Amino acid sequence: MAILLFADHDNASLSEHSARALSAALQIGAEVDILIAGQGAAPAAEAAAALTGVRRVLLAEDGSLSERLAEPTAALIVQLAGDYDTIVAPATSSGKNVLPRVAALLDVMQLSEVTEVVAPDTFKRPIYAGNAIEVVQSAEAVRVVTVRSASFSPAATGSAAAPIVAIQPATVPALSSFRQNLLSANDRPDLSSARIVVSGGRALGSKERFEATINPLADKLGAAVGASRAAVDAGYAANDFQVGQTGKVVAPDLYIACGISGAIQHLAGMKDSRIIVAINSDGEAPIFQVADYGIVGDIFDIVPEMERAL
Amino acid sequence: MKILVPVKRVVDHNVKIRMKADGTGVDLANAKMSMNPFDEIAVEQAVRMKEAGEASEVVVISVGPAQAQEVLRTALAMGADRAILVQAEGRVEPLAVAKILQRVAQSEEAGMVILGKQAIDDDCNQTGQMLAALLGWGQATFASKVEMSGGSALVTREIDGGLQQIELSLPAVITADLRLNEPRYASLPNIMKAKKKPLVQQTPEDLGIDVAPRLNVLRVEEPAARASGIRVGSVAELLDKLKTEAAVI
Repeated sequence: MAILLFADHDNASLSEHSARALSAALQIGAEVDILIAGQGAAPAAEAAAALTGVRRVLLAEDGSLSERLAEPTAALIVQLAGDYDTIVAPATSSGKNVLPRVAALLDVMQLSEVTEVVAPDTFKRPIYAGNAIEVVQSAEAVRVVTVRSASFSPAATGSAAAPIVAIQPATVPALSSFRQNLLSANDRPDLSSARIVVSGGRALGSKERFEATINPLADKLGAAVGASRAAVDAGYAANDFQVGQTGKVVAPDLYIACGISGAIQHLAGMKDSRIIVAINSDGEAPIFQVADYGIVGDIFDIVPEMERAL
Repeated sequence: MKILVPVKRVVDHNVKIRMKADGTGVDLANAKMSMNPFDEIAVEQAVRMKEAGEASEVVVISVGPAQAQEVLRTALAMGADRAILVQAEGRVEPLAVAKILQRVAQSEEAGMVILGKQAIDDDCNQTGQMLAALLGWGQATFASKVEMSGGSALVTREIDGGLQQIELSLPAVITADLRLNEPRYASLPNIMKAKKKPLVQQTPEDLGIDVAPRLNVLRVEEPAARASGIRVGSVAELLDKLKTEAAVI
């Protein structure tokens, strides 16, 4: 049987998480359909159709789906579920919001944040903030799976576009309504998929000093900016900058941790990065235990010096 | 409006966990246990809503072993009115917990359920969404702000690109994110008072719920360890290593 991939997108474009989740789906089975639920979402559907390995793209458009609110979106996926034995979504805020609702409506247990496909019914997933890895098998009639996109490389864009099929979503009563999105605007790469991430912690001391210290180095490197929970809680950076167990999980080629002590909850979000650099005045900070290169010193001297030397 | 707040007893967030030698799981013998931090935020939210006159009663519930009474007493000391322990040993999956909560939310005629967005042990992030589905209620996950207005709640959610505001018809399920509030410490008099607040015990069988796990955990492994790194003495040395040895810039 086939696999349905609930894609992450903003109607106008497909997020890279979807291409990464497709790689995971193709490790489970060969027949993968991508569901684009939205409104005015033809551009996202076309981008999905261009990915290598996609059988069909199902495009469901309705005003109620424009922001993929959980209730109508889960109802739509359940409506389609009879044709699939596996339902996959990237573990983005949208996938994490919608898929457990689908699993409960289908009376199956979900597998969350899968990092490796061992077999079509067996997966690895981190537990305890990544301090243990569970190898878990599902004998459910439908396997509902969210995948951690940092663990899978994005599927390539192919030459032949897959067919796009329009789906009529069933009407369901509205239990919630969208008011507004307050999105952080910046021109930097997306934190979750950036090749280089420069992150700041509580040691930055203020929003102004965070921006004046971290941003120039990030800009010089073409990097995304991240933050520890402590920095976000203190208001130095916006919530969507948070890297960690409950924030974003990133695995860039280079992660530069500036003034971050390295609580296990933060390490959970970045310890799969290829190269980790730690800059901290406390030589005993736990961040040095995961760092490939550590430098003990004042971030307000070292970070600007790096920026000037690049 | 009655608010139901499910809380989970988990390993304390400061504990560095150890694997059992036979690969069957994590060794929690003698580990310090606490209330799941996100559930603590949920309790605080419900208590604040009661203090603001937006809720009439706060009922806390836990599904777990007899020792889960301790986290229920903590919630009572924070200001919840009464507690329910649904006693179950071993691994109880989010779907089974959601089914138990569904029964209790219905029998209690709760107008809202607030719970943590995920538990820090299994990191599933499922129970609230599953409960909303089973009840046929609306959901607002990852909440960082909840404002009541008449028969609905205006909820600000933390999403990947920033924040999202949605309006939720009641009854509804809300899952708490980190920045919804800062939970209070229970005062000593309130801890003493909490010992006298009602705590009833039930079993999943009383509620007619089968809690046998659906998923089969084959083994639990250590994560891959990182090779130990080096200290560098200067920015010039660091940049040289990043260029030539690591080839990342």
